[in-house]
Amino acid sequence: MVLKPTLDDLRGIGYYLGKIIIGLGLTMLFPIISAILFKEINPTYDFIIGLLICLIFGKLLAITCYTQKDLSWVQGMVVVALAWVAAALLGAVPFYLSGHWKSYLDCVFDAMSGFTTTGLFLAQDIDHLSHAVNFWRHLTMFLGGQGVVVVALMFLVRSSSGALRMYVGEGRDEKLSPNVVETARVILLINMIYLGLATVALWFIGIYEGMSASSSFFHGLCVFMAAFSTGGFTPQSQNMLYYHSLPYEITTIVILILGSLNFNLHYTVWLKRKKEIISNIEARTFFLTVMLTFFLVAIGLSKLGVYGDAIGLFRKGFYQLISAHTTTGFQTVYSRQFIREWGGVALIALTLAMAFGASVCSTGGGIKALRIGVICKALYNDVKRIMLPESAVFIEKYHHIKDVVFGDRQVRSAMLILLCYLCLYGLGAIIGMLLGYPALAALFESTSAGANAGLSCGITVPTMPGLLKITFILQMWIGRLEFMSVFALVGFFIAFFRGK
Amino acid sequence: MKKSVHSILFFLYTACCLLPAICYAQQTISSAELIENAKQLDGKEVIYQGEAIGEVMIRGNYSWVNLHDGENAIGIWMPNNFLSLISFTGSYSSRGDWLEARGIFNRACAMHGGDLDIHATQLYKIRDGRQVKHRLVTEKQGLSIILSGVLLCLLILQLLSKKLKKQ
Repeated sequence: MVLKPTLDDLRGIGYYLGKIIIGLGLTMLFPIISAILFKEINPTYDFIIGLLICLIFGKLLAITCYTQKDLSWVQGMVVVALAWVAAALLGAVPFYLSGHWKSYLDCVFDAMSGFTTTGLFLAQDIDHLSHAVNFWRHLTMFLGGQGVVVVALMFLVRSSSGALRMYVGEGRDEKLSPNVVETARVILLINMIYLGLATVALWFIGIYEGMSASSSFFHGLCVFMAAFSTGGFTPQSQNMLYYHSLPYEITTIVILILGSLNFNLHYTVWLKRKKEIISNIEARTFFLTVMLTFFLVAIGLSKLGVYGDAIGLFRKGFYQLISAHTTTGFQTVYSRQFIREWGGVALIALTLAMAFGASVCSTGGGIKALRIGVICKALYNDVKRIMLPESAVFIEKYHHIKDVVFGDRQVRSAMLILLCYLCLYGLGAIIGMLLGYPALAALFESTSAGANAGLSCGITVPTMPGLLKITFILQMWIGRLEFMSVFALVGFFIAFFRGK
Repeated sequence: MKKSVHSILFFLYTACCLLPAICYAQQTISSAELIENAKQLDGKEVIYQGEAIGEVMIRGNYSWVNLHDGENAIGIWMPNNFLSLISFTGSYSSRGDWLEARGIFNRACAMHGGDLDIHATQLYKIRDGRQVKHRLVTEKQGLSIILSGVLLCLLILQLLSKKLKKQ
């Protein structure tokens, strides 16, 4: 028997959702400061309006739904699912006011793409965007990479158990410290250290490559926020091609890989055990799948003679592959070149790379290396068990931060999420095909949205059908939250109408 | 007879005036065409027009200027002596010069790590860029004031209700 949610359930959800919306609104202070510094008067008011709308909505919810009770697991997951929808709807307000998007749906698309660190975009005339709006685009990626809820956890949530339920609901179940609020702060600290170091590196490289000091700093900061969050937005319409710079590309490759690694791995390698990077099942799986997919990309491109030398193969082939596998979405080729020049083998390899994705508890999307590693290891162990004598007993283990004994539960959980992702990619591809797009292109773009990768082969443009925009928005949302929160939300609604 | 000669001369004169424009218009190629037909156009001389956007990036004796034609931006690699033509580049506060670059199109430039680019041999300015002055949209200011008022009322209501509860 399904229990109907009570008023207390709704209050709890409303109260914490209100808190998160207030937190989101306060983050708009950063683009307001940017607009003031660059003397952009209209964008200043765009973000003030956005901030005030968030504060009003958040306060209304927090006041009307005030509660001192803690969140249950279901409530926590529902809060998370709704928080990401609210972030997209409210984060789109400054975009809409700027006039650079065709419709509010396009603004919501870009806001969802930003917060979910996807990188697909519908913005028009990006090269004439204000610094404030451009900064907000990249800041949404940085916030989304941390986790919208994680950001709120640090400052606005007083109770640890409620915080834990929201943290897990956001697709994160790895804790860096016993206290989840402390874990959120450690994640932010790791990010701030990398932000400082990498922004300075990109700043100097930009100046060396002929940019002005102020512009290079702005670009460096924005590119870091997008790169480390494995997001994919850039300040100019040409994406990474704008810079025509090998040092810039190499630096961003390093940042992409750092952003795609498990935060727990960062913490362990820096503070506990450096050899963890070699012994960790997730790091090993990630390395192997990168090599496998790059091998396929290289074969595909070489067969067609797309790039004449090793440098071209590295700067285009490998760069796009690592951008896909880390689910970043930076592009050093034009979207249509994937279809016109790369050929089927390389395109399939890129699609596979996006589908595999980055690491658990990282800023990346996709199925995730740990799950692929666990499934492959389980398969290997099953084959090994068949080959060994019946009387043989062996304990199946894998190493992820610590030695973990294999259990059916882990394998089942990994397989379930894998199946969910495959269905997500497939459904989006089917809708794309029904709307008239070629099969491979539709699959490529659908996988890009569902895995929060952000590479585009030319389907994602402002003139694409509204149904496909909505499909991709939903795919980005569901993919980022790794299904459970969204399922909990759907279950909550069903229980609300049909429960007893 | 005299009228026929005048008519023929007039048509010849008109054709001579229009011919460069016709040839000129036929030769200009869009970024979309360059990308879609990159293999066929690889290594050929093309004429491409667009707005200079972002920054001019000087790299030794040559520079990168990205030109956006309304669909995509293409990187133009040009000698530094062309840079004196460029006054404005496109950003929030300016419209860039509309330039025409004539040069060799590379689908995957060997010099530039496989970039799709144009190595310019000639550069012309078609239209000057300009500063853009953004005037304040007073409705936004008004809306901000109204929303601030709403928020203030909410906060006052919250304070009052807390005081009443304590009493």
